[in-house]
Amino acid sequence: MDIHRYEKVWLAGALLLIVGFIATVSYGAVGAGITMVNDEGGQVDHDSLDEHPRFSEPGTYADGPNEYDVYVVAYQFGFEPGTQEPIRVPAGSEVTFHVTSRDVTHGFQVVGTNANTMVIPGQVSTITVRFDEAGTEEYGLLCNEYCGAAHHAMEGRIEVVPQSQWNESMEVS
Amino acid sequence: MATFVDRYPAEAKAIQATFAVAFVSLGIGALFGAIQALHRTNVFRFMDSVDYYTLLTGHGVLLALVFTIFFLAGVFQWGITESLDTPAPDIRLTWAWVGLMTAGATFAAVAILAGLFPEIPMSADVLYTFYAPLQAHPLFYVGLAMFIVGTWIAGADWFLSYRTWRRDNPDERIPLQAFMVLTTMIMWYVSTLGVAVSVVFFLIPWSLGLVDTVNSLLTRTLFWYFGHPVVYFWLMPAYLLWYTVLPKLAGGRLFSDPLARAVFVLFVLLSTPVGIHHQYLDPGIAEGFKFIAMTNTMFLLLPSLLTAFTVVASVEHGARQRGGEGYLRWLGALPWRDPAFTGMALAGLMFAAGGFSGMINAGMNINYLVHNTLWVPGHFHMTVGTAVALTFMAGTYWLLPQITGKAVYSRPIGLLQVIVWFVGMVFMSNAMHRGGLLGIPRRTAEPQYANFDFAAAVGSVGELRMQIAFGGVLLFLSVVLFLFNVAATWADDRVGTPVDDAIPEPLSPASGAPLVLDNLALWTLIAVVLVVLAYTLPILSIVSDAGLLGSSTGSPVAITLEAVAETVAAALPGVW
Repeated sequence: MDIHRYEKVWLAGALLLIVGFIATVSYGAVGAGITMVNDEGGQVDHDSLDEHPRFSEPGTYADGPNEYDVYVVAYQFGFEPGTQEPIRVPAGSEVTFHVTSRDVTHGFQVVGTNANTMVIPGQVSTITVRFDEAGTEEYGLLCNEYCGAAHHAMEGRIEVVPQSQWNESMEVS
Repeated sequence: MATFVDRYPAEAKAIQATFAVAFVSLGIGALFGAIQALHRTNVFRFMDSVDYYTLLTGHGVLLALVFTIFFLAGVFQWGITESLDTPAPDIRLTWAWVGLMTAGATFAAVAILAGLFPEIPMSADVLYTFYAPLQAHPLFYVGLAMFIVGTWIAGADWFLSYRTWRRDNPDERIPLQAFMVLTTMIMWYVSTLGVAVSVVFFLIPWSLGLVDTVNSLLTRTLFWYFGHPVVYFWLMPAYLLWYTVLPKLAGGRLFSDPLARAVFVLFVLLSTPVGIHHQYLDPGIAEGFKFIAMTNTMFLLLPSLLTAFTVVASVEHGARQRGGEGYLRWLGALPWRDPAFTGMALAGLMFAAGGFSGMINAGMNINYLVHNTLWVPGHFHMTVGTAVALTFMAGTYWLLPQITGKAVYSRPIGLLQVIVWFVGMVFMSNAMHRGGLLGIPRRTAEPQYANFDFAAAVGSVGELRMQIAFGGVLLFLSVVLFLFNVAATWADDRVGTPVDDAIPEPLSPASGAPLVLDNLALWTLIAVVLVVLAYTLPILSIVSDAGLLGSSTGSPVAITLEAVAETVAAALPGVW
């Protein structure tokens, strides 16, 4: 097939760009350690979350030295915890969010950060993040997937509490 | 000199019908879009936010599915008939798909628009993606299924024309436009299978109450199995026009027929096994499957990058035929007063920008930052909203005369119209991209929250809102000008030569393309194998995790304000 010289140069450049993109994404995954939301959260029965060991009492659980697991239930139109009372996490620790839905598909986005996941009924989304603030800091939380007529009212807060002020009343035990 | 409508009056009638449906949808969808732009930016609100989602569903379905697909069906019918120089096998078959698609689209539209009237117990505020367990009225799903089946019959109609032509021309290369139509339809058959299974086997029985539950992740995955190739279904007819019509309008001819064929083959192969890149942030899908989708997606850039080369080279060739010289001065020699040329050129230019923002979306890890933010509609208003929609409108100025036998009413209005679209989209989509980076979500009636604000590093959120509202209004004005021009053209009298419709031969002709490129069965087979490889394991895993029918009972979309207000009040005592 007759390919013009300029076409060949362009084709080579295009392939280089593509391979370059795949390389940077791979570096992000392997080198920088940005894992994707995946199937590790497993499945739950969204109709009987009240029988689940953690989702029945959602909140912040201390699960290791400086490691916390936060269980959040999304619903039309709020997060528990998050909406009626803020999600509280200690600063400078590794926090894993486990989010599920008891009704329809929602989104879970910590505003101004890359903490972002879909929330699908029957599935548990897990994302691990660090809040490195020194002082008290608040983040907004919003649902970024249309979930029904009052979707725009579905929001919440995350309060990052300095280690010195963290106490066990902020944890579920 | 006779044009298409004189040679093929029966086919022209059917194309007129598809264009008419497309343009009516364009008008309604664009009106909804303008109202949304004003509402979500809080510039002008006259309806309740519940209705925002009804209009948003209407905007998505009427523009992304009805306008685009009815228009491209007309373009494909024209391309097949014209390039094969073969009439439709049986015009009743053609009218059957036009009728079925129209009935299906009407059903879906009625189910959606009924949501605006609380006294009608019907609603389909489930948006264009209809993620279960949000549940629309069955009429919505039935309409979608009829619409898809209509497109399948259309494809069969075009393959039958091809078969007739092949019988008379056993040794000829498939003419380029027909090749583009047939390859696009192969991709469409492979990819619509997902949404058809989702709608027919799961969503329709579930919305009718025949089964109680659905597997939300499964229907969602089947939607995106179709949801990415559908963007190429919109884009391929635009490429068809860029490859075969734009070079002619520029005063030249296509640079390379073989490369154009290779590009369409790549789209057949790679369009479908990428859908999981819309689900980078979904639970229940292993990271490895996402990585495969990411890699395929990146390689899918190749045919579009090749297209950029061929189209620009062809346009430059045209400019030089018109006396253009120099490295860039040839740009001045192009026919910028021709709305068909200028519209397509501007559409191509914006597609370059939209392509780059799409490369960001495809980057799996950076996607965390932009997923479901305003960045995403910013991206697709540049691609389907401009590369496709503006090319279709510009193409109308060249095609409508051929299928009606009438000259365009006003070329200056046409020129103004395509420029207003481009300017409006620069304002709106640029501001949407920037807003997305601040975390402003998409698909939200009131992205103004009680607990927090969005912080702009450059400019302000208020400025972004004004740009979105202003851009949205310009886009609507552009559609009004377009529809006026189309209506005035249609109302005019027939003329002898409404437009110069001859398409010159490419510089590198089809004879230079390897014969294997025309082996449609081979490409279909490879495409199916790639899809099986990319999707078997994820779907098996989703089904084994949560069951074929899952456990999500329906959540009918709310249709009364009181019910919504009560739910919100219960959820947000602190705020209210």
